[in-house]
Amino acid sequence: MTQTIPTGNRADEIQIYDLHKSFGDLEVLKGITTTIHRGEVVCVIGPSGSGKSTLLRCVNLLEQPTQGRIFILNEEITDPDADVDHLRTLMGMVFQSFNLFPHLTALQNCTIALVRVLGKDPKEAERIAMENLTKVGLGDRGHSYPAQMSGGQQQRVAIARALSMDPEMMLFDEPTSALDPELVGDVLSVMRDLAAGGMTMMVVTHEMAFAREVADRVLFMDGGVIVEEGPPSEVIGDPKEERTRTFLARVLDPTHVRTGAEDAAYAKRHADEAIDTEAKRNRILASHRPPSHRPSSH
Amino acid sequence: MTTINAPTAIQPKKKKLSPRKRAQRIRIVQYAVLGLLVLVAVLFADGQQIVNVFFRPDLIAKALGPGLGMALLNTVLYSIGAFIFGLVLGTVLALMKLSQIGPYRWLATGYIEFFRGVPAIIVLLAFGLLGIAFPGLKFPLAPFGTVWTALGMVSAAYMAETIRAGIQAVPKGQVEAARSLGMPAGLATRYIVMPQAFRIVTPPLTNELILLVKDSSLVYVLGLTTGAFELTKYGREMSSTYGNLTPLIVAGFCYLLITLPLTLLVRRMEARQRKAR
Repeated sequence: MTQTIPTGNRADEIQIYDLHKSFGDLEVLKGITTTIHRGEVVCVIGPSGSGKSTLLRCVNLLEQPTQGRIFILNEEITDPDADVDHLRTLMGMVFQSFNLFPHLTALQNCTIALVRVLGKDPKEAERIAMENLTKVGLGDRGHSYPAQMSGGQQQRVAIARALSMDPEMMLFDEPTSALDPELVGDVLSVMRDLAAGGMTMMVVTHEMAFAREVADRVLFMDGGVIVEEGPPSEVIGDPKEERTRTFLARVLDPTHVRTGAEDAAYAKRHADEAIDTEAKRNRILASHRPPSHRPSSH
Repeated sequence: MTTINAPTAIQPKKKKLSPRKRAQRIRIVQYAVLGLLVLVAVLFADGQQIVNVFFRPDLIAKALGPGLGMALLNTVLYSIGAFIFGLVLGTVLALMKLSQIGPYRWLATGYIEFFRGVPAIIVLLAFGLLGIAFPGLKFPLAPFGTVWTALGMVSAAYMAETIRAGIQAVPKGQVEAARSLGMPAGLATRYIVMPQAFRIVTPPLTNELILLVKDSSLVYVLGLTTGAFELTKYGREMSSTYGNLTPLIVAGFCYLLITLPLTLLVRRMEARQRKAR
């Protein structure tokens, strides 16, 4: 049976076919194909430079793919004639750096697109915004400016802002990576509630515990391809691929300190895999690992 | 070549000052020179002569007449009108300069380079004769319309560059967040980027206003009627009537009445921005 593109099935909310993305000579995505179904929570994990954020940003066309097709609710967003602005209103996006509008209050952050894009009545918009701010536990901070809030509060406002558009699905780009550790929990619990409410979610994250608990499916990416995918109990609990195991050992080892140099080395190595010999790989790994490195048993 | 270096090898015998002590000594020398200069100036200056040339009391009293208030008001009107004109045109030019469309960019670049490179006085002179070059062309509210347009067009070139820098200083994530909410590029620019950009460029734009206040002194080349005199013209007229510079000096101090508060305002805004960061 030949597969039709797109499937035409309403439940196949995000369909990605053979997605490639290059920045100049650097090919970041090397052929990604996957479908995200209604109500599904998909966590994308992988080392820095593996292309997971780029994948997410391609889905709502913040990055223009070099090749490949993406369908949102069976409508092609990669079509040059697509109504991209309309399709974007169906996808809420949450960024690593929050990107709240600093000149607007929390409430105005939530209402501006409702009023200016969806043409809602300001009173009605405010009611919707309040409802969503309350949902993320910030019903009393509507009139605060972003600068007056903690990172965790800002990120929850960002989630409320995205939810106010009443999207079909939510995209999260490392939503807790810029937060102080003690503020991560609040944001994750909001996301957990969303997932429990049946929201379709695509989450790029480093929070393995969250992925393991909430995800229906985990995609492990490395070097611009999906190396392994499946339920978290398999991908995180019992990975089949060596690369997945190496990555998880690095992430889950509590004594391991992530450094910028190491991330850069990782990105560089994957940028040019043709000349990436096993010896070079081992050398880079060895040079950055703590001498007493031992994979922990998580 | 090594022989040249040899003498330096002996020098360490000379006692080396600590950096703090050396800085202290240099400062003492600087104060001494400054004090000497002031002393010389005071000794050689003839106080009476200075007053006669620059500060004749009878002429100060004459200059502080009702005409001065009028001139002060006109200076403010010329500057503010030109500023508003320049702000609007400068914003349009800045957006054109950042446009994806080539011809818009080229036009804006050409305009900016031309008006930044040409003296404002020449632009004013040219605008003064536009009515003759194009019979029937008349600027409204003469001479205000002419001044606002001419000075506004010159300052727009400077403001365009400032505003462009301000727009580019708004983080890319702001546009991405706006676009991800379904805002078309125009809406994102208008409601998200521009309000933030103008907050960033308010201090430099206020500096541009200060420059405009002073540039308004060039208006004299248009040949104004008495009611349209600004400060410099007012001072010059009275100075030539009495053959003494005092009225012009008075006019000069009047500029400070406008520019000093603006300078203080800029300093406060900049301090507040630093704090907010």
